[in-house]
Amino acid sequence: MMTANTEDFVIVGAKNSDANEHISKPALSFWQDAWRRLKLNKLAVISMWFLILILAFAVISNIFVPQKDANAFNSDKVGVYKNLPPNSGLPIPGWDGKIKAPGDNASTDVYESQGVPDGEKFILGTDNIGRSVAKRVTVGLRISLLVAIVATLIDLLIGVAYGVFAGWKGGWIDNTMQRIIEILSSIPNLIIVTMLGLLLGNGILSIILAIAMTGWLGMARQVRNMTLSLKERDYVLAAQSLGESSFKIAIKHLIPNMAGTIIVQVMMTVPTAIMFEAVLSAINLGVKPPTASLGSLISDAQAMLQFYPYQVLIPSAILVVVSLAFVLLGDGLRDAFDPRASED
Amino acid sequence: MMSNPILKVENLHVNFNTYAGTVQAIRDVSFDLNKGETLAIVGESGSGKSVTTKTLMGLNAKNAVIPENSRLIFKDRNLLDLKEEEWQSVRGNEIAMIFQDPMTSLDPTMKIGMQIAEPLIKHRHIKKEAALTRALELMKGVGIPNAEEHINDYPHQWSGGMRQRAVVAIALAADPEILIADEPTTALDVTIQAQILTLMKKLQQETESSIIFITHDLGVVAGMADRVAVMYAGKIVEYGTVDEIFFNPQHPYTWGLLNSMPTTDTQVGTLEAIPGTPPDLLEPPKGDAFAARNVYALGIDSKQEPPFFKVSETHFAATWLLDERAPKVIPPVQIQKRWAHWLEMQGQEAY
Amino acid sequence: MTESIPKKLIELKDLQLYFNQGKANEVRAIDHVSFDIYEGEIFGLVGESGSGKTTIGRSILKLYEPTAGDILFEGKDISYLKGKQLSDFRKKAQMIFQDPQASLNGRMKVRDIIAEGIDVNKLATSKSDRDQKVQKLLDLVGLNKDHATRYPHEFSGGQRQRIGIARALAVDPKFIIADEPISALDVSIQAQVVNLMKELQKRHSLTYLFIAHDLSMVKYISDRIGVMHWGKLLEIGSADAVYNHPLHPYTKSLLSAIPVPDPEVEKARQHIDYDTHIETDGKERTMIEVNEGHFVLATAEEAAEYKAQQI
Repeated sequence: MMTANTEDFVIVGAKNSDANEHISKPALSFWQDAWRRLKLNKLAVISMWFLILILAFAVISNIFVPQKDANAFNSDKVGVYKNLPPNSGLPIPGWDGKIKAPGDNASTDVYESQGVPDGEKFILGTDNIGRSVAKRVTVGLRISLLVAIVATLIDLLIGVAYGVFAGWKGGWIDNTMQRIIEILSSIPNLIIVTMLGLLLGNGILSIILAIAMTGWLGMARQVRNMTLSLKERDYVLAAQSLGESSFKIAIKHLIPNMAGTIIVQVMMTVPTAIMFEAVLSAINLGVKPPTASLGSLISDAQAMLQFYPYQVLIPSAILVVVSLAFVLLGDGLRDAFDPRASED
Repeated sequence: MMSNPILKVENLHVNFNTYAGTVQAIRDVSFDLNKGETLAIVGESGSGKSVTTKTLMGLNAKNAVIPENSRLIFKDRNLLDLKEEEWQSVRGNEIAMIFQDPMTSLDPTMKIGMQIAEPLIKHRHIKKEAALTRALELMKGVGIPNAEEHINDYPHQWSGGMRQRAVVAIALAADPEILIADEPTTALDVTIQAQILTLMKKLQQETESSIIFITHDLGVVAGMADRVAVMYAGKIVEYGTVDEIFFNPQHPYTWGLLNSMPTTDTQVGTLEAIPGTPPDLLEPPKGDAFAARNVYALGIDSKQEPPFFKVSETHFAATWLLDERAPKVIPPVQIQKRWAHWLEMQGQEAY
Repeated sequence: MTESIPKKLIELKDLQLYFNQGKANEVRAIDHVSFDIYEGEIFGLVGESGSGKTTIGRSILKLYEPTAGDILFEGKDISYLKGKQLSDFRKKAQMIFQDPQASLNGRMKVRDIIAEGIDVNKLATSKSDRDQKVQKLLDLVGLNKDHATRYPHEFSGGQRQRIGIARALAVDPKFIIADEPISALDVSIQAQVVNLMKELQKRHSLTYLFIAHDLSMVKYISDRIGVMHWGKLLEIGSADAVYNHPLHPYTKSLLSAIPVPDPEVEKARQHIDYDTHIETDGKERTMIEVNEGHFVLATAEEAAEYKAQQI
């Protein structure tokens, strides 16, 4: 023969199954895959870290800014401490304790003119009775997040349970449950809130309940629709034919497969709840003074917007940034969970 | 049929960048498409046949990378150099496509007559009324009964077979020079499949367009194709005329494909399946990609990639078995029967 | 056919299943269908989409409630099964699905998918016993150890279908309904799966109901074949009889449409169109035994005509 090795032209046959059933991609669960795709979205990742920091700050700040501390004010010295502008202690224009009143030509050092003792400064200024805006905002953020997150969790529990049950049972049960949802959603939210306010007084609890009561309907509807389509899937039929119980099917097959949608829905519900709480505060159905929420801070200060804009702008900015972070993260999660994007 | 290629595909490579690495979906594919002929591309899922057609339509995913030296020559220009706007005047006009699933390739919110008329309005700049008249003719042409009554129907009102006829009508509307059919009948029942295939053959004779027919069903290929290219793991492993591929196949993968289908005289015993699964193109195997599943694999297959060996002027196969140093192997019984028939056919032609 | 009389495993008696009964959009998915499946045989049920073949399979597994008629499994009416008897039935009758993508829960590892039946029926004594059983099943369908910890989307279609088969086999069933198990697969992989199913049938003495639209594969795997159209069973007989000596015009039309991997045959092929008129003219038709074991739905005159036409 020719120059090539003779063994090169001998039949060696097919390889064993280890070789020809080999998968070279690394094993990747749905969650790992979603995380991998989420990481590609810079905005979502920044939002996520921002929210983690904000949540950690809200929890940890309990220690050094207790609610009492933020609510308390010295009634004798209101004249000295009221409406002080933000002062960083550095000569940064607009953040140096000076303010230019409308109509004036030069700005005045309010700290000096009101006789605040030297060395005492408020980094975000004070409100109209001399309480530190920084402390008020810290507490307000905490309350707003608490209200929004607890309300969303209640939404989640009721909505998922209701939706899965209705969708799985189907027939007249589903029909009845859908009609109930329709009736509930036809009642204006404000009526529910006012009624609850009358019943429970306008405390945090009644606001949480009010937001939750109106919020779970959307979740229930979405979960029900997904259940209806998932229950026709072959793997659910396979589980049924293996004798799996309905409860186990819901836990093992239905809910994990809609987890992505549920999480996205949650991410979108939280900012809505935050905003709703702010709206309630604006129409005096929100938290009771002296308790602060971001919404009540904004509505309390808006009368003085012209003179002390920082008292409105600071809580508003926080409200917007936190809500935006939730929305951006929710958006990123939706893309990460979307199977259509999973081709790569 | 001497070559008068309307489309030349040269050294086509398509890679996909993924998180796990680069998937080499198409690894050096070249073929010609002649005017008026039907070229069937046969292969399993993952063999790259669908990526080839998507590339021909400029419809690849964003993470696709096509190297510089790949060329798709159509009417003296390289389609790979086209910008998206230029593609739009090619797609549906000079090159049209029929997709697998008639439901997803029709717009559910648009009347069928209008969907057929749309390419005419867009590419031929025909007025709406005239285009709809032409659409009606096309509907009759693809065998839709009482077309006048149905021109204003929506897709969901039609059965799967009728919808696929509408899809064919849309593809043919602008009188394309090349028609790409990607598994056009896989989603249909066999009796409907027979009707659609008959229709496509009839229409091709009338319009003299060239068809690239993508499928994994060799039965359909036998009835439709003039020439056949067999793809495996991103490469063409054998190509030839339809008779050469079916009666004188040379590549063990082609043998495997032919063997795994029951023919009219398969009675008992097991079908001879190809063992295993196609290779992962994230790490294409060294040498012949089919070697791991090939019971006729030679030592050299795992070291060096086989070149194309010429079987006839029109027939080439990339397998070391055709090398003069290779041992003579005895193919499976079914293939021996096909070879015997081939010799008979050759004998007849000699007279 | 003078062997010992085979035992009937499944009996369908005048089964009817109507969707939206009594409404304008009533669909007769199963319309007075009766047939038996004998123990150890492969019964092929053929029909096009909408013929009711899938509905029959799912009714046998109690996934749908029939409108009228009885389904007997080992002589017992399955509609009355409860508690222990029901869970026994669930173990004995299993299903393989058409779309290997949709039939596996993408959130679960292959190991847990295969072990689902083991868990439900508490067939494993310990975790290592469970792992061992899964390992055995993976071997059985030609997959490897390292596949157990992967997720369905990482597999090819054929591999996924083999995972589905392993899941069905986990509870050691007697009877398997294979609902178009190969129609979503590539040709070369179809043969692999069909061969695997045949081999498992021999080894585990299984009975299959093999549902398909592709007569050529069905003929190859089945002992007997039933042909369905529009909810009715039109013809039933041995695989050879139905394939080589079809009686009903619909069967003939179906057979004439199968593409064959042979260009010469294909060039000569004439597709016979089916005139649905004989199903809609309202005449009373019954299953008539034209040849031994070969029945066709017809009037007496039609049956005589079919017999005369038979090659």
